[in-house]
Amino acid sequence: MPTIRIILPQHLRTLARVGAEFPLAVESPVTQRSIMDALESRYPMLQGTIRDHTTQQRRPFLRFFACETDISHEPADSPVPDAVTSGAEPLIIIGAIAGG
Amino acid sequence: MSQVRVLVGTRKGAFVLTSDGKRQNWEVSGPHFAGWEIYHLKGSPADPNRLYASQSTSWFGQLIQRSNDGGKTWQPVGNKFAYEGIPGTHQWYDGTPHPWEFKRVWHLEPSLNDPDSVYAGIEDAALFHSSDGGQNWQELPGLRGHGSGPGWQPGAGGMCLHTIILDPKDANRIFIAISAAGAFRTDDGGKTWLPINRGLYSKYIPNPTAEVGHCVHHVAMHPARPGVLFMQKHWDVMRSDNAGDSWQEISGNLPTDFGFAIDVHAHEPDTVYVVPIKSDSEHFVPDGKLRVFRSRSGGNEWEPLSNGLPQENCYVNVLRDAMAVDTLDQCGVYFGTSGGQVYASADAGDHWAAIVRDLPAVLSVEVQTLP
Repeated sequence: MPTIRIILPQHLRTLARVGAEFPLAVESPVTQRSIMDALESRYPMLQGTIRDHTTQQRRPFLRFFACETDISHEPADSPVPDAVTSGAEPLIIIGAIAGG
Repeated sequence: MSQVRVLVGTRKGAFVLTSDGKRQNWEVSGPHFAGWEIYHLKGSPADPNRLYASQSTSWFGQLIQRSNDGGKTWQPVGNKFAYEGIPGTHQWYDGTPHPWEFKRVWHLEPSLNDPDSVYAGIEDAALFHSSDGGQNWQELPGLRGHGSGPGWQPGAGGMCLHTIILDPKDANRIFIAISAAGAFRTDDGGKTWLPINRGLYSKYIPNPTAEVGHCVHHVAMHPARPGVLFMQKHWDVMRSDNAGDSWQEISGNLPTDFGFAIDVHAHEPDTVYVVPIKSDSEHFVPDGKLRVFRSRSGGNEWEPLSNGLPQENCYVNVLRDAMAVDTLDQCGVYFGTSGGQVYASADAGDHWAAIVRDLPAVLSVEVQTLP
């Protein structure tokens, strides 16, 4: 099972009690969906905070970045870049920089 | 000696204030959940150390936090609020049908006798209940399924179920209020609901005396007299002596009958407090003066209470869930402002002092009186 690297927004790090970057084992094939499934299984308190409970849609103010690319709009079941799967690059879940 | 614990929800976190029964010196704990909007937090009457908090942001959605030690530590519990069945539609601002969508929890109301039982009032308006300490939430669909549901319309702040009152003498009776649908009552534990808006007059809706559609801002009840309700509506302060079957206006000599917060003295069921707010587009206190108004006659005759409150250059708002009372012999009254102050009076409103200043904008204030 591949182990990838995850970077969460600060508020979710606090909620999940994780550091700036942490490893996550993910079932193959490694896709946005399988990553989210593994993340929510390992850290149940994150359920509903990144994707909607019911629709499974990514929340509007969050994006998925990898390898200097915004992969947010790639299909949820498409493989993420190899560099993420191999652990060479992290998957960055980032919040919109906005608001007061 | 008794203690008082004040639970403050703000735009950027929760704060817990504690004092002894003198209520002169306060210890401030927080911010808890820094950076998150805390619409409401409230303690269980059955176990004062059991607290529930509604935590949300536009980024990460809704969380519910639970404490078993009076707010020292917290743990996230269930945050899935799924409408029963096919959600259907309500009216959108422009009058078109709009699907019911969960946005946030506005109000948490723990059961009077079971710490694990708690109700949640949500936006888009619905009532949910958890019987396992907040881990799992089920809708009471009879409310949203009331025949008028498709005609409900949001107020400017969203279509929120913001008020939940559990009748201490009748476990099957619950009162709720929705902006801008109005007030409703169940007498069968939530299976069926009755609109209780007769006597309300709202000039901003096509039929000012319609069965539903009124922008009720808040409702308060004295637990010893649950058939008497006091309401702060978008305009008008109202009173019902028959559990909401009909209402009479009691605005009397208030400088403006607009406002959000309303509450009742802990030991005097006819002593009522409101904070008049300049309506309709400004939403701050009139004349730059922060004044609580108190009626000792159940309405109509109101006296301004200003001793210790700013009387010039003050332009704050006091939101609907941001006023509460303690139950000490000399009733304490508390309210929080959009300017981040929490004011308290240890003598039923005669004298006031800020017990904390410069918090983020205050969304809610609840008080626990501890042994």
